[in-house]
Amino acid sequence: MTLGSVWVFAELSQGRPATGALELLTKARSLGAAAVEAVCFGPEAGDAVAELGRHGATTVRLSTDAAFAELLLGGPAADTLAALAALHRPDLILFAGTHAGRDVAGRLAAKLDAPVIANGLDIEVGGAITVTSAIFGATQLVRTEFGPRRPALAVFRPKSFPAAPAPGAAAPRIVEVAAVIQDHHRRARVVHRSTEVAAGPRLEDAEVVVSGGRGIQDAGGFELLREVAELLHGAVGASRAVVDAGWAPYSLQVGQTGKTVKPAVYIACGISGAMQHTVGMRGAQKIVAINRDPQAPIFKLADLGIVGDALTVLRQLRDELRSRPG
Amino acid sequence: MNVVVCVKLVPDPDSAGQLDATTHRLRRDLAEPVLDPGDEVGVEAGLRLVEAHGGEVRVVSMGPERALDAVRKALAMGAARGVLVTDDGLAGSDALTTAKVLAAAIGREPFDVVVTAIESTDGYSGIVPQALAELLAVPAVTFATDVASDGTALTVTRQTETGSETVRADLPCVLSVTARVNEPRYPSLRGIMGARSKPMDRVTTAELGLEGVGGAAPGQTVVSVTAAEERGAGEVVNDDGEGAHRIVLLLAGARVI
Repeated sequence: MTLGSVWVFAELSQGRPATGALELLTKARSLGAAAVEAVCFGPEAGDAVAELGRHGATTVRLSTDAAFAELLLGGPAADTLAALAALHRPDLILFAGTHAGRDVAGRLAAKLDAPVIANGLDIEVGGAITVTSAIFGATQLVRTEFGPRRPALAVFRPKSFPAAPAPGAAAPRIVEVAAVIQDHHRRARVVHRSTEVAAGPRLEDAEVVVSGGRGIQDAGGFELLREVAELLHGAVGASRAVVDAGWAPYSLQVGQTGKTVKPAVYIACGISGAMQHTVGMRGAQKIVAINRDPQAPIFKLADLGIVGDALTVLRQLRDELRSRPG
Repeated sequence: MNVVVCVKLVPDPDSAGQLDATTHRLRRDLAEPVLDPGDEVGVEAGLRLVEAHGGEVRVVSMGPERALDAVRKALAMGAARGVLVTDDGLAGSDALTTAKVLAAAIGREPFDVVVTAIESTDGYSGIVPQALAELLAVPAVTFATDVASDGTALTVTRQTETGSETVRADLPCVLSVTARVNEPRYPSLRGIMGARSKPMDRVTTAELGLEGVGGAAPGQTVVSVTAAEERGAGEVVNDDGEGAHRIVLLLAGARVI
């Protein structure tokens, strides 16, 4: 089949396109579509244009309306996207499976009564558009074909595709669009926004991730993780149990409802290995697991499994790393 | 305050799930079904709102007959009444169909807040709350980590990719909650006994005016389900004091130190 326009919903992250948008644009270029376009809403949307273009968007449709930052993004973005889709009829709209991506895609699917596939890992276009998505903590893969109804919507897990600039990409065409916002969206307003800043590399980018679960016992155990991560120039991660317990901020959560990481080495400390967690880290090149329970499912994924107390092993690891020359 | 909480019966998340190889549907016979732990948090959030501001919690679910167990547990926790939309034609429904059915069941009566988890533990498409809000034509305040209310509006702290934001939302709205908002109560013995006499309705899609909704999603077809490539299990050793040193050797082998 021939594919018409593919759109990527590009979120903004501190004045830049979010990494997920660049990943999706990179993939969209390979689908043989008639056009690859980005749609970007927010007061800083103009700042994102150049980078979206470098990653393969030949057109960027944007609105810098302040409402996209003052209100919850999902409703206004879905309304505006629906209006644009009715006018320009894209075949496929791609979303990153972030909070905002899910908020927009869910509303848009209902608004357009459009088919939607979530938790996507891959997409191919042959006789049909086929999306591979993950279920049960990515232990099983489902391939789903879209029927003829357009647009089709697909939501992908972060890091499903590498992001790479398009060789020789020209500056994209910029189309400013008017925001379309149903009145009821104005009843929910963002009154405060805060950003958690962690020292060291970002969790998603770190070569080494030292991650803690219930087995690190308390918030104090997290300090030890931080020390080890710092010695390895890595980042600290956490299981959902630990975040729910309040020992670590949500921004460090790895798993289905958190971040997806693919470091060179992932060290899981006191993490049992529930699917909720492993879906976010099973793409690591090497996995080390430390857990008291020899039956813990995490050991099935581990290249090196150590049955023992996570805090004891971490203390020894810290001391040995400190004593290494250089 | 009229609060609706959406609940789902799911296979116990502590046991591994599996899809049927021929029907491509979740095999619900393999694990003990339970009220989704995420929905327990939703029920608790709803109960706290009505305890502070009056009104009642109504529970809405979609699923096979035995999903009544999920409704019953929510009633035992303190919800006032429940409704289950059950219909053979709904088996295998996708996220959007689920949202349509829940919206129709919810919309039969006025509501102030619809509480959901951020995603179900078994299907986790993670887009039902937003689709539901669109169909009900209300804002969706999603991924809540803290919820407060003065009776006419909610003040919600919610997770974002990079931190958090505080949202003030007038009612009505949809609220999706993370496990961080509360610690769900256990049903008391009195609650469990009392649940037996609480109203619990069963309705079909036809009764909701939704003929033709359900089953495989019209716009998409599952073509295969396969096991993901297994990671080769490596070496598992008891910590004999050398565990840390083995990790250092692995780190050096991976050239990260």
